[in-house]
Amino acid sequence: MGHNVLSLMIFIPLAGMVVILCLPSRAHGVIRWMGVAATVPPLLMSVWLLEHFDPQTTAPQFVQRFAWIPAYHINYFVGIDGISITMVVLTALLCFLCMFASFGIEKAVKGYFALFLLLETGMIGTFVALDFFLFFVFWELMLLPMYFLIGVWGGPRREYAAIKFFLYTLFGSVLMLVAILYFYFAADPHSFDMTQLGALLAKKIPLDVQVLLWVALFIGFAIKIPAFPFHTWLPDAHVEAPTAISVILAGILLKMGTYGILRINYGILPAATLAPFWGGHSVAFWLLAALGTLNIVYGAVCAMAQEDLKKLVAYSSISHMGYVMLGMAAFTPQGINGAVLQMFNHGTITAMLFLLVGVIYDRAHHRQISGFGGLASIVPVYTGVTGFAFFAAMGLPGLSAFISEALVLLGAWQQYPGLTIVAASAVILTAGYLLWALQRMYLGQPNEKYLGLAEINGRELFTLVPLAAIVLFLGIYPTPILNLQSPALLRLNEQVQQAAAPPPPDSIAAR
Amino acid sequence: MDATQSLRYFGPELVLTAAIMAVLALDLGLTARGIERSRWPGIVALAGAAAAIGSAVRLLRVPAREWLFGRMLVFDGFSVYFKVLLGLALLAAVWMSLGSREVRGQPNEGEYFTLLLSSGLAMLLMAAAANLLMAYLSLEFASLTSYVLTGFLRHNRRSAEAALKYLIYGGVASGAMIYGMSWIFGLTGSMDYAGIAAGIAQLDDPSRGAFFLALVLVLAGFGYKVASVPFHMWAPDVYTGAPIPVTAFLAVGSKAAGFAMLLRFFHFGVGAAGPVGAVTRVPLLQLGTLLCAATMTLGNLAALSQQNMKRLLAYSSIAHAGYALLGFVVFADAGVQAVLFYLTVYYIMNLGAFWVVMLIANATGHEDLPSYRGLAWRGGALPALALAIFLFSLAGLPPLAGFVGKFYVFGAGVERGLIALVVVGVLNSVVSLYYYVRVVKTMFLDEPRAEDAPVHFALNDLAAVGLLSAATLVLGIRFDWLLARVETARRIFAG
Repeated sequence: MGHNVLSLMIFIPLAGMVVILCLPSRAHGVIRWMGVAATVPPLLMSVWLLEHFDPQTTAPQFVQRFAWIPAYHINYFVGIDGISITMVVLTALLCFLCMFASFGIEKAVKGYFALFLLLETGMIGTFVALDFFLFFVFWELMLLPMYFLIGVWGGPRREYAAIKFFLYTLFGSVLMLVAILYFYFAADPHSFDMTQLGALLAKKIPLDVQVLLWVALFIGFAIKIPAFPFHTWLPDAHVEAPTAISVILAGILLKMGTYGILRINYGILPAATLAPFWGGHSVAFWLLAALGTLNIVYGAVCAMAQEDLKKLVAYSSISHMGYVMLGMAAFTPQGINGAVLQMFNHGTITAMLFLLVGVIYDRAHHRQISGFGGLASIVPVYTGVTGFAFFAAMGLPGLSAFISEALVLLGAWQQYPGLTIVAASAVILTAGYLLWALQRMYLGQPNEKYLGLAEINGRELFTLVPLAAIVLFLGIYPTPILNLQSPALLRLNEQVQQAAAPPPPDSIAAR
Repeated sequence: MDATQSLRYFGPELVLTAAIMAVLALDLGLTARGIERSRWPGIVALAGAAAAIGSAVRLLRVPAREWLFGRMLVFDGFSVYFKVLLGLALLAAVWMSLGSREVRGQPNEGEYFTLLLSSGLAMLLMAAAANLLMAYLSLEFASLTSYVLTGFLRHNRRSAEAALKYLIYGGVASGAMIYGMSWIFGLTGSMDYAGIAAGIAQLDDPSRGAFFLALVLVLAGFGYKVASVPFHMWAPDVYTGAPIPVTAFLAVGSKAAGFAMLLRFFHFGVGAAGPVGAVTRVPLLQLGTLLCAATMTLGNLAALSQQNMKRLLAYSSIAHAGYALLGFVVFADAGVQAVLFYLTVYYIMNLGAFWVVMLIANATGHEDLPSYRGLAWRGGALPALALAIFLFSLAGLPPLAGFVGKFYVFGAGVERGLIALVVVGVLNSVVSLYYYVRVVKTMFLDEPRAEDAPVHFALNDLAAVGLLSAATLVLGIRFDWLLARVETARRIFAG
């Protein structure tokens, strides 16, 4: 199974989609369980991967490669390394859990589950693709199902949100396409191989063009993260999407932005990453560290002003992704490790938050924070889980986000003390909006309207408990995941710093 | 090569001519017996088109390059590739006509199919013309038949208006073109493309300036045929007014034939010794870049607000002419291949889109966007799905064929260093997504209202659409064989 496990992970959901399309559209139960069944093999395989992955090898593992379009040097080339393994595991896990969270879907069930599985194919494919063309195909493949999932099964403003998401993301990815083509023709021999392009292009492209390409790629990824000022699609899309799709959006799709920067911007254009940009600072400082810090503060401030709980969670995502950007811009072992760990942790925690919002929305059919009150005495179990998730999001010591945020701040402090102070202070804002929401919704006088509110049910708990367990476990003992990712990340770190090292003095004189 | 020897390489045209005669004779016979309606003219036309494709496919294997009929036409891989493509367009147009309510409702079906086949014949000649005179005559032949086909819906005012507009624009464009051709003949002393190429080499600098003006005038004729800005104004009205099968034929066939002439003239006539060599002294690259960027941008921006599906697809086809022009502006072999590839992909997806539009018009009697509301939820799930596939492919989303076509064209542009133009192109595809998705939204996201009647589609009507959407999907994933085909076509081109 070793050499084609990744392909199986990609294409089993696709096969599940085909099976679902062949089922009669009235057989809702069969379709739902078929959807679950199609997400189980990737999950089991991701566990198998965790066991057999060799962290000490920084080269891609479980590689499968064959010529796809020889005339254009396009290969089907997949593999994982320390950068992608946690993301693949996260994708497989969240897709499995979200299948259960989708059981409440009543409209066009067949279409929903078929599109969901297509989405999983695209997501896993994006994280494991090592051929740039293949990467782009998977990257774009996610857009179509996402458009329909938001547009057909979403909330009242779903059409607007869906088209906005679609256009924003496509805008980013067409810039990526130009960069891909530029890389291809600049490399000698022509190549789409993401693992080779960095070496093939090292001396081929002038530094200022490299910076231009870096920025073009960055815009594509920044839209996905989303980094200020490209974030405006996110509150719309996350709020209008059905619960499970919000989870996928926030839990996985946002990570693709930062993953793409690590894999492509850092991996292929290392020299441009630390090239001087403006005001004596580097590209990474301005576009990642400074924008990331802005994201942290801006997201938190916006979250504080929200009346809609789902919108609050959406803005908190913007804030938390800022830590990832700050950490990866620092180029310290702690920073980059913390950033990638934060990607995983945010994926689990924000998934819990969106699932919990979905639980209350299914019962009350609204999400206005001020419309509730005193829920703690009505639905104690639900309140307990929510409290846990809120504290996790806050970065409470003992829970996973604390470790990653602390690592990020620790790593960033060595490079950007000023920004780190701002970012660290924003933790107070985070605590502010979360505790304030907690107080308004769960404490105080119970709202009479909701005295008969049903307690969280077994299916919903089933989607939440595994995530809570992971959050708790990684909060106490993050070593296993750090061991998995660290060697590959440290090597990437080193590559970027080496490429940016100032040339020996005589070559400057020669210029 | 003399006339009798040439006939060996003239199979598709001969077959079509025979089919035209057969349809005409059949129509006369039917009229004489007083039979108003018959399926036979259409069926004979379909068989004729299929036989022409068969004949062209056989010629694909002949790796020769020959001058035919006293250097009027050429036979090469390039022309045969286009003959197959145009034959397929003709076949599809006839097939569509057989199922079109607009066409079947008219008297004189025999005339219609005669004209359609004649138009196809003219386009085959356009693809092979290698002499200014032949180029002009075949272009006029194609135009004249197209005017009549456009106005075929006799009692429809839109159709008549469209035909008149088409005629007037066509007259102006072809007038400009023949004027330019007379300059070229005067400057180079030759009518056939090889002679022109030789003549250019001996031009002095002032004559090169005059030659550039002549090229601009000729470009007007080609630009009119491919519907590029600023010669595009006829397209929206004609596409909207003409019966849908004719619209589809004009959109995929006429455009492809126009590109065949354009590429042959510029790649082969103006610069057999390397196209760029002859044109570097004149700002042809800048002119082409400008035309290409304007065509893409104007087509897409104008499509944004269209409510009629045929009109929307008309502007979209203008935009697609712009993408294909990008391959032309490259002025290199990679560009020619990219255009061939793009036109083939465009044939599949655009034809599919028009086909679905026709099926929906048959079922609902409307072509405007509001009549598509909630189509997927009131019995039209399959055609809606197919149309979504075609539209997303037109927008250039992977893993559909349209993406590969754009990838190839943009790739040729990047290789040549036309980064700015490629950026304009990719941004245009973002703009185009908006109006394509608007249609998809109307079909899938909007709920049908009470006044929207349920629709029914027979499965056998959907066969061709299913075939085309499968081709769109497959070609998005396995396109290496088509790459090999276009490479062969280009290689046998200049010899």
